[in-house]
Amino acid sequence: MADASSTIDERARAIVDDFSLFDDWIGRYEYLIEIGKKLPPMDDALKTDATRIHGCQSKVWIHTARDRDRMTMQGDSDAMITKGLAGLLIRVLDDQPPEAVREADLSFIDDIGMREHLSSTRNNGLHSMIEQIRTRAARLAESAEPASDSAVSSSNA
Amino acid sequence: MRGEFPALHQSVYEDTPLVYLDNAATTQKPQVVLDRMARYYAHENSNVHRGVHKLSQDATDAFEEARQSVADLINAPSSDQVIFTRGCTESLNLVAQTFARPQLGPDDTVVVTHMEHHSNIVPWQMACEATGATLKVWPIHDDGTLDMEAGRQLLAEETFLLAMGHVSNALGTIHPVASIIDTAHAHGVPVVIDGAQSMAHLPVDVQALDADFYAFSGHKMFGPTGIGVLYGKYDLLDGLPPYHGGGDMIDEVSFDGTTYADLPHRLEAGTPHIAGVIGLGAAARFVRELDHEAVHAHEEDVLQYAHEQLAAIDGLRLVGTAPEKTSVCSFVFDDIHPYDAGTILDRLGLAVRTGHHCTQPLMERLDLPGTIRASFALYNTRQDVDRLVEGLDRVQTMFG
Ligand SMILES: Cc1ncc(COP(=O)(O)O)c(C=O)c1O
Repeated sequence: MADASSTIDERARAIVDDFSLFDDWIGRYEYLIEIGKKLPPMDDALKTDATRIHGCQSKVWIHTARDRDRMTMQGDSDAMITKGLAGLLIRVLDDQPPEAVREADLSFIDDIGMREHLSSTRNNGLHSMIEQIRTRAARLAESAEPASDSAVSSSNA
Repeated sequence: MRGEFPALHQSVYEDTPLVYLDNAATTQKPQVVLDRMARYYAHENSNVHRGVHKLSQDATDAFEEARQSVADLINAPSSDQVIFTRGCTESLNLVAQTFARPQLGPDDTVVVTHMEHHSNIVPWQMACEATGATLKVWPIHDDGTLDMEAGRQLLAEETFLLAMGHVSNALGTIHPVASIIDTAHAHGVPVVIDGAQSMAHLPVDVQALDADFYAFSGHKMFGPTGIGVLYGKYDLLDGLPPYHGGGDMIDEVSFDGTTYADLPHRLEAGTPHIAGVIGLGAAARFVRELDHEAVHAHEEDVLQYAHEQLAAIDGLRLVGTAPEKTSVCSFVFDDIHPYDAGTILDRLGLAVRTGHHCTQPLMERLDLPGTIRASFALYNTRQDVDRLVEGLDRVQTMFG
């Protein structure tokens, strides 16, 4: 899991450094796939309509929950590239204050040569994942209540 | 042939030569079509059917010539039976809303096949929902052919209309539409054919088929986007109420009532997509002037070669293996998501389509989340297939 003491920017910079070791797209994609494979497994009970991210050709779920003043995340996808993209976001954003997640600068995705995935028309869900995570972060930031994205997932969380 | 299609000659992602294998989504455009449209905008641009001035006359002549070129291509008895629409989708909606909907009632049935494109499902669903009619599904076999026995039974029941594709966009199956239309007519059932996928590959003769309506898009037959055609038998078209109201479709307008123009203009309200029509006319002449035997032999060769090469790949399964097919290869890997494969192929310069191909009921029937689809056109070659196979090898290495 991510180191809770590092900031979003620090983690993003570490990822950019990792990706800069590859000089071609094949290496970068292989590394992205590795990141997906290293994602901690997501409990199937959390893969519900409430956690499903729509707008992708593959199935993607992101579950968010509050842990004191932090927002925690789990994710999965049935496609490996999409899972890698979810893994990138989780590496950077998991266990961070929801206020910081809401405001996070995610331009590192551009810097690691994955810009083509950022477009909202790409059908890969990265754009929708980011929107959803930000929406949920905003909701958590605004409510003092312990919150989660749905009744089903919180009871399982 | 490839030389005539400028878009084929480019590289993507810096320096990877493009291999365009998404022709079922849209075909590339030959220079004659591009030139013809540029000429219209540069030299003839003006509104049609309205002006007395020279430019408007020229544009109107070019526009109506294009209608004749389309009529010639599909052997329509008269160019009045060629209605210009925005595309195949609008053509099908036009028939659903003006032919089916006013006649349908709660006891009526519309039949579509299980492998229709959403554009040939949703308009009928809408007409059925509005009228209480029932939409029935003509079942298919696992190889992507129709269950003929089941179809004959459906047609023998009280069916108001059959709507079906000529060629499946997801699997490439060519349906025996001529004999199906015969059977349908024997039971008094009119037939609407979605010809979106046939025009670039097969000679289409609407009279020989005896189709009641035949719909297609310009952009899938080397013409521009935003323009399509509805062909219909004269009496059927002439019996249709107006679809959209507006300019061009009227005879006389007053607040006491409006009288409508004759075919084809009655069904073409507003300023049409003039450049699109003129471009489509050029595309129709391009297709008509092809050496059809040579093109057919070439497409068949590339398809057979692709089938062989793909079938030899471990872990890959072809989806849709009907004996009669156009140039579509749909396939899946046992353990690689189509989206993953498509993303890597894209980076390798291979433009394929992945997903459900706007045929979700078909995907559900085949129990697939989607497929990878390589669809060829007359300008694709065996070398393109080789590039695809190399790309798939890379995909398997990355995800294996
Ligand atoms: C079989 C079939 N029918 C209808 C359509 C709809 O065509 P358009 O989107 O050009 O209206 C398509 C195009 O994807 C198709 O493949």
